[in-house]
Amino acid sequence: MQVNETKGFRPKIVAFCCNWCSYAGADLAGTNRINYPADVKIIRVPCSCRVNPMFILRAFQRGADGVIMCGCHPGDCHYTSGNYFARRRMTLLFSMLDYMGIEKERTRVEWVSAAEGAKFAATMNEFVETVTKLGENKRLEDLRCKKQ
Amino acid sequence: MQEAVISRAKELLADGTVNRVVGWKAGEFAYDTTPAVFTSAEELDAGFIYNDFCAPNLSKYIIKESRKEGKLLVFLKPCDSYSFNQLLKEHRILRENVYIIGVECTGKVDADTVKSKGIKGITGMESDGENVTVHTLYGDKTIPKSETLGDKCKTCKSKKHVIFDEMIGNDGEVNNDGARFEMVKKLEKMTSEERYEFWRGELSKCIRCNACRNVCPACSCENCVFDNPASGIQQRAATDSFEENMFHLIRAFHVAGRCTDCGECTRVCPQNIPLHLLNRKYIKDINEFYGEYQAGEDLDTRAPLNAYTFGDCEPNIVYKRGGKE
Repeated sequence: MQVNETKGFRPKIVAFCCNWCSYAGADLAGTNRINYPADVKIIRVPCSCRVNPMFILRAFQRGADGVIMCGCHPGDCHYTSGNYFARRRMTLLFSMLDYMGIEKERTRVEWVSAAEGAKFAATMNEFVETVTKLGENKRLEDLRCKKQ
Repeated sequence: MQEAVISRAKELLADGTVNRVVGWKAGEFAYDTTPAVFTSAEELDAGFIYNDFCAPNLSKYIIKESRKEGKLLVFLKPCDSYSFNQLLKEHRILRENVYIIGVECTGKVDADTVKSKGIKGITGMESDGENVTVHTLYGDKTIPKSETLGDKCKTCKSKKHVIFDEMIGNDGEVNNDGARFEMVKKLEKMTSEERYEFWRGELSKCIRCNACRNVCPACSCENCVFDNPASGIQQRAATDSFEENMFHLIRAFHVAGRCTDCGECTRVCPQNIPLHLLNRKYIKDINEFYGEYQAGEDLDTRAPLNAYTFGDCEPNIVYKRGGKE
Protein backbone atom coordinates (compact mmCIF):
# COMPACT_ATOMS: atom_id res chain seq x y z
CA MET A 1 0.00 0.00 0.00
CA GLN A 2 1.10 3.50 -0.64
CA VAL A 3 -0.08 6.71 0.94
CA ASN A 4 -0.23 9.35 -1.69
CA GLU A 5 0.39 12.85 -0.44
CA THR A 6 -1.05 14.65 -3.44
CA LYS A 7 -3.99 16.89 -2.72
CA GLY A 8 -7.17 16.96 -4.76
CA PHE A 9 -9.73 14.30 -5.43
CA ARG A 10 -9.00 10.85 -4.09
CA PRO A 11 -11.63 8.28 -4.95
CA LYS A 12 -13.01 5.78 -2.51
CA ILE A 13 -12.87 2.32 -3.97
CA VAL A 14 -14.50 -0.72 -2.46
CA ALA A 15 -13.07 -4.07 -3.50
CA PHE A 16 -14.96 -7.25 -2.69
CA CYS A 17 -12.34 -9.98 -2.61
CA CYS A 18 -13.01 -13.65 -2.23
CA ASN A 19 -11.24 -15.27 0.67
CA TRP A 20 -9.54 -18.01 -1.32
CA CYS A 21 -8.03 -16.27 -4.30
CA SER A 22 -8.23 -12.52 -4.52
CA TYR A 23 -7.76 -11.79 -0.85
CA ALA A 24 -4.69 -13.99 -0.87
CA GLY A 25 -3.64 -12.24 -4.07
CA ALA A 26 -3.88 -8.89 -2.31
CA ASP A 27 -1.84 -10.35 0.51
CA LEU A 28 0.78 -11.49 -1.94
CA ALA A 29 0.93 -8.02 -3.47
CA GLY A 30 1.62 -6.75 0.05
CA THR A 31 4.30 -9.25 0.91
CA ASN A 32 5.92 -8.67 -2.47
CA ARG A 33 5.86 -4.93 -1.76
CA ILE A 34 4.06 -4.06 -4.93
CA ASN A 35 2.45 -0.64 -4.74
CA TYR A 36 -1.23 -0.15 -5.08
CA PRO A 37 -3.23 2.88 -3.93
CA ALA A 38 -4.51 3.17 -0.38
CA ASP A 39 -7.86 4.31 -1.81
CA VAL A 40 -8.84 0.70 -2.24
CA LYS A 41 -10.77 -0.62 0.74
CA ILE A 42 -10.95 -4.39 0.68
CA ILE A 43 -13.94 -6.29 1.99
CA ARG A 44 -13.31 -9.98 2.38
CA VAL A 45 -16.13 -12.30 1.37
CA PRO A 46 -16.14 -16.09 1.53
CA CYS A 47 -16.80 -16.35 -2.19
CA SER A 48 -17.51 -13.90 -4.99
CA CYS A 49 -20.93 -15.52 -5.07
CA ARG A 50 -21.58 -14.07 -1.62
CA VAL A 51 -21.77 -10.60 -3.08
CA ASN A 52 -25.39 -9.59 -3.07
CA PRO A 53 -26.26 -6.86 -5.60
CA MET A 54 -27.44 -4.88 -2.60
CA PHE A 55 -23.83 -4.81 -1.29
CA ILE A 56 -22.72 -3.01 -4.43
CA LEU A 57 -25.50 -0.45 -4.15
CA ARG A 58 -24.86 -0.01 -0.44
CA ALA A 59 -21.20 0.68 -1.15
CA PHE A 60 -22.20 3.42 -3.58
CA GLN A 61 -24.70 4.76 -1.08
CA ARG A 62 -22.10 5.03 1.65
CA GLY A 63 -19.82 7.05 -0.58
CA ALA A 64 -17.87 4.67 -2.79
CA ASP A 65 -16.83 6.12 -6.14
CA GLY A 66 -16.07 2.75 -7.64
CA VAL A 67 -16.78 -0.85 -6.77
CA ILE A 68 -14.71 -3.77 -7.98
CA MET A 69 -15.41 -7.42 -7.37
CA CYS A 70 -12.56 -9.91 -7.44
CA GLY A 71 -12.88 -13.66 -7.35
CA CYS A 72 -11.16 -16.86 -8.33
CA HIS A 73 -10.73 -17.47 -12.03
CA PRO A 74 -13.71 -19.30 -13.53
CA GLY A 75 -13.06 -22.98 -12.96
CA ASP A 76 -10.96 -22.37 -9.86
CA CYS A 77 -13.69 -21.58 -7.35
CA HIS A 78 -13.05 -23.04 -3.92
CA TYR A 79 -16.72 -23.98 -3.83
CA THR A 80 -16.66 -25.36 -7.38
CA SER A 81 -19.20 -23.10 -9.01
CA GLY A 82 -19.72 -19.95 -6.97
CA ASN A 83 -17.97 -17.60 -9.34
CA TYR A 84 -19.96 -18.90 -12.30
CA PHE A 85 -23.14 -17.72 -10.64
CA ALA A 86 -21.50 -14.48 -9.56
CA ARG A 87 -20.38 -13.90 -13.11
CA ARG A 88 -23.92 -14.02 -14.48
CA ARG A 89 -25.28 -11.93 -11.65
CA MET A 90 -22.71 -9.19 -11.92
CA THR A 91 -22.89 -9.07 -15.70
CA LEU A 92 -26.60 -8.38 -15.48
CA LEU A 93 -26.34 -5.96 -12.58
CA PHE A 94 -23.58 -3.90 -14.15
CA SER A 95 -25.37 -3.88 -17.45
CA MET A 96 -28.41 -2.54 -15.62
CA LEU A 97 -26.41 0.13 -13.81
CA ASP A 98 -25.07 1.21 -17.19
CA TYR A 99 -28.64 1.23 -18.55
CA MET A 100 -29.71 3.52 -15.75
CA GLY A 101 -26.96 5.94 -16.62
CA ILE A 102 -24.42 5.12 -13.93
CA GLU A 103 -20.98 5.36 -15.55
CA LYS A 104 -19.97 1.83 -16.45
CA GLU A 105 -16.32 2.48 -15.58
CA ARG A 106 -17.26 2.65 -11.92
CA THR A 107 -17.99 -1.05 -11.70
CA ARG A 108 -15.73 -3.89 -12.60
CA VAL A 109 -15.21 -7.60 -12.14
CA GLU A 110 -11.71 -9.07 -12.22
CA TRP A 111 -10.54 -12.62 -11.63
CA VAL A 112 -7.39 -12.65 -9.50
CA SER A 113 -5.82 -15.86 -8.25
CA ALA A 114 -3.79 -16.23 -5.05
CA ALA A 115 -0.60 -16.25 -7.13
CA GLU A 116 -1.38 -13.03 -8.97
CA GLY A 117 -0.20 -10.36 -6.56
CA ALA A 118 1.18 -8.33 -9.42
CA LYS A 119 -2.06 -8.55 -11.35
CA PHE A 120 -4.01 -7.45 -8.28
CA ALA A 121 -1.85 -4.36 -7.86
CA ALA A 122 -1.94 -3.55 -11.56
CA THR A 123 -5.72 -3.93 -11.66
CA MET A 124 -6.19 -1.69 -8.66
CA ASN A 125 -3.81 0.94 -9.99
CA GLU A 126 -5.63 1.03 -13.27
CA PHE A 127 -9.08 1.03 -11.69
CA VAL A 128 -8.22 3.84 -9.28
CA GLU A 129 -6.83 5.86 -12.16
CA THR A 130 -10.02 5.35 -14.19
CA VAL A 131 -12.28 6.34 -11.31
CA THR A 132 -10.10 9.33 -10.43
CA LYS A 133 -10.60 10.59 -13.96
CA LEU A 134 -14.35 10.13 -13.66
CA GLY A 135 -14.41 12.06 -10.43
CA GLU A 136 -16.87 11.85 -7.63
CA ASN A 137 -19.83 9.52 -7.87
CA LYS A 138 -22.75 11.88 -8.27
CA ARG A 139 -25.30 9.74 -10.01
CA LEU A 140 -25.71 7.08 -7.37
CA GLU A 141 -25.05 8.92 -4.16
CA ASP A 142 -27.02 9.36 -0.99
CA LEU A 143 -26.64 12.90 0.23
CA ARG A 144 -27.53 11.89 3.77
CA CYS A 145 -24.46 9.69 3.87
CA LYS A 146 -22.08 12.45 2.80
CA LYS A 147 -20.09 14.42 5.30
CA GLN A 148 -20.79 18.13 5.16
CA MET B 1 -67.45 -13.94 -24.70
CA GLN B 2 -68.64 -12.90 -21.26
CA GLU B 3 -71.79 -15.03 -21.54
CA ALA B 4 -69.80 -18.09 -22.58
CA VAL B 5 -67.40 -17.58 -19.69
CA ILE B 6 -70.15 -17.15 -17.11
CA SER B 7 -72.19 -20.11 -18.30
CA ARG B 8 -69.15 -22.40 -18.23
CA ALA B 9 -68.28 -21.18 -14.74
CA LYS B 10 -71.84 -21.92 -13.60
CA GLU B 11 -71.66 -25.44 -15.03
CA LEU B 12 -68.46 -26.18 -13.19
CA LEU B 13 -69.86 -24.75 -9.97
CA ALA B 14 -73.07 -26.75 -10.36
CA ASP B 15 -71.41 -30.13 -11.00
CA GLY B 16 -69.09 -29.63 -8.06
CA THR B 17 -65.82 -29.60 -9.99
CA VAL B 18 -64.96 -26.34 -8.32
CA ASN B 19 -66.35 -24.48 -5.34
CA ARG B 20 -65.28 -20.96 -6.23
CA VAL B 21 -64.32 -18.88 -9.21
CA VAL B 22 -61.55 -16.34 -9.45
CA GLY B 23 -62.37 -13.71 -12.03
CA TRP B 24 -63.00 -10.03 -12.53
CA LYS B 25 -65.70 -7.67 -11.38
CA ALA B 26 -66.30 -3.99 -12.03
CA GLY B 27 -64.14 -1.75 -9.93
CA GLU B 28 -64.66 1.83 -8.95
CA PHE B 29 -65.10 2.75 -12.60
CA ALA B 30 -66.55 0.50 -15.26
CA TYR B 31 -63.24 0.50 -17.14
CA ASP B 32 -61.31 -0.30 -14.00
CA THR B 33 -61.86 -3.96 -13.26
CA THR B 34 -60.76 -5.68 -10.13
CA PRO B 35 -60.05 -9.31 -9.27
CA ALA B 36 -62.74 -11.07 -7.24
CA VAL B 37 -63.77 -14.47 -5.92
CA PHE B 38 -67.27 -15.75 -6.70
CA THR B 39 -68.84 -18.67 -4.90
CA SER B 40 -72.31 -18.97 -6.42
CA ALA B 41 -74.19 -18.65 -9.70
CA GLU B 42 -76.04 -15.60 -8.34
CA GLU B 43 -72.79 -13.83 -7.56
CA LEU B 44 -71.50 -14.62 -11.03
CA ASP B 45 -74.62 -13.13 -12.61
CA ALA B 46 -74.43 -10.07 -10.45
CA GLY B 47 -70.79 -9.23 -10.71
CA PHE B 48 -68.65 -11.28 -13.08
CA ILE B 49 -67.31 -9.52 -16.13
CA TYR B 50 -64.93 -10.43 -18.89
CA ASN B 51 -64.39 -7.71 -21.46
CA ASP B 52 -61.67 -5.58 -23.00
CA PHE B 53 -60.91 -3.92 -19.67
CA CYS B 54 -60.03 -7.08 -17.72
CA ALA B 55 -56.32 -6.44 -17.63
CA PRO B 56 -55.51 -7.61 -14.07
CA ASN B 57 -53.36 -10.72 -13.97
CA LEU B 58 -55.07 -13.26 -11.71
CA SER B 59 -52.10 -15.61 -11.30
CA LYS B 60 -50.76 -14.09 -8.14
CA TYR B 61 -54.08 -14.45 -6.32
CA ILE B 62 -53.94 -18.19 -6.90
CA ILE B 63 -50.99 -18.60 -4.56
CA LYS B 64 -53.16 -18.03 -1.52
CA GLU B 65 -56.41 -19.23 -3.04
CA SER B 66 -55.02 -22.60 -4.07
CA ARG B 67 -54.06 -23.37 -0.49
CA LYS B 68 -57.63 -23.07 0.69
CA GLU B 69 -60.20 -25.84 0.90
CA GLY B 70 -61.48 -27.25 -2.38
CA LYS B 71 -60.78 -26.67 -6.01
CA LEU B 72 -61.02 -23.28 -7.66
CA LEU B 73 -61.65 -22.13 -11.17
CA VAL B 74 -59.50 -19.42 -12.64
CA PHE B 75 -59.60 -17.63 -15.96
CA LEU B 76 -56.23 -16.92 -17.47
CA LYS B 77 -55.36 -14.73 -20.41
CA PRO B 78 -52.30 -15.76 -22.41
CA CYS B 79 -49.85 -13.54 -20.54
CA ASP B 80 -51.35 -14.58 -17.20
CA SER B 81 -50.76 -18.21 -18.11
CA TYR B 82 -47.03 -17.49 -18.34
CA SER B 83 -47.07 -16.04 -14.83
CA PHE B 84 -49.07 -19.02 -13.63
CA ASN B 85 -46.61 -21.44 -15.14
CA GLN B 86 -43.69 -19.58 -13.60
CA LEU B 87 -45.30 -19.73 -10.16
CA LEU B 88 -46.01 -23.41 -10.66
CA LYS B 89 -42.37 -23.94 -11.52
CA GLU B 90 -41.42 -22.24 -8.27
CA HIS B 91 -43.79 -24.52 -6.35
CA ARG B 92 -45.95 -21.64 -5.20
CA ILE B 93 -49.24 -23.02 -6.49
CA LEU B 94 -50.97 -26.31 -5.77
CA ARG B 95 -51.85 -27.34 -9.30
CA GLU B 96 -54.29 -30.05 -8.22
CA ASN B 97 -56.49 -27.39 -6.61
CA VAL B 98 -56.80 -25.30 -9.72
CA TYR B 99 -58.96 -25.69 -12.77
CA ILE B 100 -57.78 -23.36 -15.51
CA ILE B 101 -59.85 -22.00 -18.33
CA GLY B 102 -57.83 -20.12 -20.90
CA VAL B 103 -59.67 -17.12 -22.28
CA GLU B 104 -58.93 -15.47 -25.55
CA CYS B 105 -57.38 -12.02 -25.34
CA THR B 106 -57.25 -9.44 -28.09
CA GLY B 107 -55.45 -6.81 -26.07
CA LYS B 108 -56.79 -4.82 -23.15
CA VAL B 109 -57.77 -1.18 -23.13
CA ASP B 110 -55.51 0.92 -20.98
CA ALA B 111 -57.24 3.86 -19.33
CA ASP B 112 -53.97 5.78 -19.02
CA THR B 113 -53.36 5.55 -22.77
CA VAL B 114 -56.86 6.92 -23.37
CA LYS B 115 -56.26 9.74 -20.91
CA SER B 116 -52.94 10.54 -22.55
CA LYS B 117 -54.86 11.40 -25.73
CA GLY B 118 -56.13 14.46 -23.94
CA ILE B 119 -59.56 13.06 -23.17
CA LYS B 120 -60.73 14.61 -19.91
CA GLY B 121 -63.63 14.00 -17.57
CA ILE B 122 -64.06 10.33 -18.38
CA THR B 123 -67.20 8.85 -16.84
CA GLY B 124 -67.14 5.49 -18.52
CA MET B 125 -65.84 3.41 -21.38
CA GLU B 126 -67.27 0.71 -23.56
CA SER B 127 -65.63 -1.50 -26.11
CA ASP B 128 -67.21 -3.50 -28.91
CA GLY B 129 -63.95 -5.18 -29.84
CA GLU B 130 -63.22 -2.78 -32.71
CA ASN B 131 -63.83 0.63 -31.27
CA VAL B 132 -63.81 2.05 -27.79
CA THR B 133 -66.48 4.54 -26.89
CA VAL B 134 -65.38 6.90 -24.18
CA HIS B 135 -68.14 8.65 -22.27
CA THR B 136 -67.02 11.96 -20.90
CA LEU B 137 -68.61 14.94 -19.26
CA TYR B 138 -68.26 16.70 -22.62
CA GLY B 139 -69.90 14.02 -24.72
CA ASP B 140 -68.90 10.70 -26.22
CA LYS B 141 -65.78 10.02 -28.21
CA THR B 142 -64.99 6.94 -30.25
CA ILE B 143 -61.47 5.75 -30.91
CA PRO B 144 -60.21 2.56 -32.51
CA LYS B 145 -59.30 -0.03 -29.89
CA SER B 146 -55.83 -0.48 -31.36
CA GLU B 147 -55.03 3.07 -30.27
CA THR B 148 -56.11 2.51 -26.69
CA LEU B 149 -53.82 -0.39 -25.89
CA GLY B 150 -51.11 0.02 -23.30
CA ASP B 151 -47.50 -0.67 -24.19
CA LYS B 152 -47.73 -4.22 -22.90
CA CYS B 153 -50.54 -5.11 -25.30
CA LYS B 154 -49.22 -3.12 -28.24
CA THR B 155 -46.04 -5.19 -28.15
CA CYS B 156 -47.74 -8.41 -26.99
CA LYS B 157 -45.21 -11.21 -26.65
CA SER B 158 -47.63 -14.08 -27.00
CA LYS B 159 -51.26 -14.90 -27.49
CA LYS B 160 -50.61 -18.57 -26.84
CA HIS B 161 -51.79 -20.16 -23.61
CA VAL B 162 -48.99 -22.17 -22.09
CA ILE B 163 -51.16 -23.91 -19.52
CA PHE B 164 -54.90 -24.62 -19.41
CA ASP B 165 -57.44 -27.34 -18.76
CA GLU B 166 -59.82 -26.03 -21.35
CA MET B 167 -60.13 -23.06 -23.67
CA ILE B 168 -62.86 -20.59 -24.42
CA GLY B 169 -62.19 -18.78 -27.67
CA ASN B 170 -59.12 -19.34 -29.81
CA ASP B 171 -55.56 -19.97 -28.81
CA GLY B 172 -53.09 -17.63 -30.51
CA GLU B 173 -49.47 -17.63 -31.52
CA VAL B 174 -46.21 -16.58 -29.91
CA ASN B 175 -44.99 -13.28 -31.27
CA ASN B 176 -41.23 -13.23 -31.69
CA ASP B 177 -40.78 -10.01 -33.65
CA GLY B 178 -38.89 -8.40 -30.77
CA ALA B 179 -41.03 -5.27 -30.96
CA ARG B 180 -41.21 -5.20 -27.19
CA PHE B 181 -37.51 -4.36 -26.99
CA GLU B 182 -37.74 -1.29 -29.22
CA MET B 183 -37.86 1.17 -26.37
CA VAL B 184 -35.02 -0.60 -24.55
CA LYS B 185 -32.92 -0.37 -27.71
CA LYS B 186 -33.73 3.29 -28.03
CA LEU B 187 -32.55 3.88 -24.47
CA GLU B 188 -29.39 1.85 -25.04
CA LYS B 189 -28.51 4.08 -27.97
CA MET B 190 -28.64 7.18 -25.79
CA THR B 191 -25.58 8.49 -24.02
CA SER B 192 -25.06 7.58 -20.42
CA GLU B 193 -25.95 11.15 -19.46
CA GLU B 194 -29.25 11.02 -21.34
CA ARG B 195 -30.15 7.68 -19.84
CA TYR B 196 -29.42 9.04 -16.42
CA GLU B 197 -31.67 12.03 -17.07
CA PHE B 198 -34.40 9.78 -18.39
CA TRP B 199 -34.41 7.49 -15.38
CA ARG B 200 -34.09 10.32 -12.87
CA GLY B 201 -37.09 11.95 -14.47
CA GLU B 202 -39.11 8.77 -14.32
CA LEU B 203 -38.02 7.33 -11.00
CA SER B 204 -38.23 10.63 -9.14
CA LYS B 205 -42.00 10.38 -9.60
CA CYS B 206 -42.05 7.23 -7.47
CA ILE B 207 -44.09 7.58 -4.29
CA ARG B 208 -43.14 4.13 -2.99
CA CYS B 209 -46.74 2.98 -2.85
CA ASN B 210 -45.36 -0.52 -3.49
CA ALA B 211 -48.14 -1.22 -5.98
CA CYS B 212 -45.60 -2.61 -8.47
CA ARG B 213 -44.34 -5.03 -5.88
CA ASN B 214 -47.77 -6.02 -4.64
CA VAL B 215 -49.14 -6.78 -8.07
CA CYS B 216 -46.06 -8.51 -9.48
CA PRO B 217 -46.57 -12.28 -9.82
CA ALA B 218 -42.81 -12.79 -9.57
CA CYS B 219 -42.65 -10.73 -6.36
CA SER B 220 -44.41 -13.28 -4.24
CA CYS B 221 -41.97 -13.84 -1.36
CA GLU B 222 -43.73 -14.20 1.96
CA ASN B 223 -41.06 -12.03 3.54
CA CYS B 224 -40.00 -9.23 1.28
CA VAL B 225 -36.63 -7.52 1.59
CA PHE B 226 -38.43 -4.19 1.46
CA ASP B 227 -40.44 -5.07 4.57
CA ASN B 228 -37.34 -5.70 6.62
CA PRO B 229 -36.98 -2.88 9.17
CA ALA B 230 -33.20 -3.29 9.02
CA SER B 231 -33.11 -2.68 5.28
CA GLY B 232 -33.43 1.08 5.74
CA ILE B 233 -35.93 1.19 2.91
CA GLN B 234 -38.90 -0.25 4.72
CA GLN B 235 -42.40 0.76 3.60
CA ARG B 236 -41.96 4.47 3.31
CA ALA B 237 -41.55 7.15 0.72
CA ALA B 238 -38.08 7.52 -0.67
CA THR B 239 -36.28 10.45 0.91
CA ASP B 240 -33.40 10.56 -1.51
CA SER B 241 -32.77 9.95 -5.18
CA PHE B 242 -30.62 7.02 -4.13
CA GLU B 243 -33.52 5.22 -2.49
CA GLU B 244 -35.70 5.65 -5.56
CA ASN B 245 -32.98 4.12 -7.71
CA MET B 246 -32.22 1.37 -5.25
CA PHE B 247 -35.81 0.25 -4.79
CA HIS B 248 -36.38 -0.19 -8.50
CA LEU B 249 -32.93 -1.61 -9.20
CA ILE B 250 -33.27 -4.24 -6.52
CA ARG B 251 -36.84 -5.04 -7.36
CA ALA B 252 -35.98 -5.53 -11.01
CA PHE B 253 -32.98 -7.65 -10.07
CA HIS B 254 -35.03 -9.85 -7.77
CA VAL B 255 -37.35 -10.76 -10.61
CA ALA B 256 -34.64 -11.02 -13.27
CA GLY B 257 -34.91 -14.33 -15.05
CA ARG B 258 -38.33 -14.93 -13.50
CA CYS B 259 -40.19 -11.95 -14.91
CA THR B 260 -42.56 -13.13 -17.62
CA ASP B 261 -43.03 -9.58 -18.89
CA CYS B 262 -46.71 -9.42 -18.05
CA GLY B 263 -46.45 -5.64 -17.71
CA GLU B 264 -48.52 -5.40 -14.54
CA CYS B 265 -45.98 -3.15 -12.81
CA THR B 266 -46.41 -0.43 -15.39
CA ARG B 267 -50.14 -0.85 -15.57
CA VAL B 268 -50.70 -0.33 -11.85
CA CYS B 269 -48.15 2.43 -11.35
CA PRO B 270 -50.14 5.50 -10.25
CA GLN B 271 -47.29 7.69 -11.45
CA ASN B 272 -47.04 6.03 -14.87
CA ILE B 273 -43.40 5.07 -14.50
CA PRO B 274 -42.44 2.69 -17.35
CA LEU B 275 -41.16 0.02 -14.96
CA HIS B 276 -41.43 -2.73 -17.55
CA LEU B 277 -38.46 -1.15 -19.32
CA LEU B 278 -36.24 -2.25 -16.44
CA ASN B 279 -37.53 -5.81 -16.59
CA ARG B 280 -37.30 -5.89 -20.35
CA LYS B 281 -33.69 -4.80 -20.17
CA TYR B 282 -32.93 -7.87 -18.06
CA ILE B 283 -34.89 -10.09 -20.41
CA LYS B 284 -33.06 -8.64 -23.40
CA ASP B 285 -29.67 -9.05 -21.73
CA ILE B 286 -30.43 -12.62 -20.72
CA ASN B 287 -31.51 -13.42 -24.27
CA GLU B 288 -28.36 -11.90 -25.68
CA PHE B 289 -25.87 -13.29 -23.19
CA TYR B 290 -27.27 -16.66 -22.22
CA GLY B 291 -29.61 -17.61 -25.04
CA GLU B 292 -33.30 -17.03 -25.59
CA TYR B 293 -35.28 -17.59 -22.45
CA GLN B 294 -38.91 -16.88 -21.75
CA ALA B 295 -39.86 -17.26 -18.10
CA GLY B 296 -42.99 -19.34 -17.61
CA GLU B 297 -42.87 -20.89 -21.04
CA ASP B 298 -42.26 -24.37 -19.69
CA LEU B 299 -41.81 -26.18 -16.41
CA ASP B 300 -38.44 -27.83 -16.75
CA THR B 301 -35.79 -25.38 -17.93
CA ARG B 302 -33.56 -23.77 -15.33
CA ALA B 303 -33.85 -20.08 -14.70
CA PRO B 304 -30.86 -18.25 -16.21
CA LEU B 305 -29.67 -16.94 -12.85
CA ASN B 306 -29.83 -20.42 -11.33
CA ALA B 307 -27.62 -21.87 -14.00
CA TYR B 308 -24.31 -21.28 -15.70
CA THR B 309 -22.16 -22.58 -18.49
CA PHE B 310 -18.37 -22.62 -18.57
CA GLY B 311 -18.33 -20.44 -21.63
CA ASP B 312 -20.51 -17.61 -20.30
CA CYS B 313 -19.49 -14.15 -21.38
CA GLU B 314 -17.30 -12.21 -19.00
CA PRO B 315 -18.80 -9.21 -17.18
CA ASN B 316 -16.60 -6.85 -19.18
CA ILE B 317 -18.94 -7.42 -22.12
CA VAL B 318 -20.81 -4.48 -20.62
CA TYR B 319 -17.84 -2.21 -21.33
CA LYS B 320 -17.00 -3.65 -24.69
CA ARG B 321 -20.50 -3.54 -26.05
CA GLY B 322 -21.18 -0.91 -28.66
CA GLY B 323 -23.01 2.28 -27.92
CA LYS B 324 -21.97 5.65 -26.75
CA GLU B 325 -20.21 6.39 -23.50
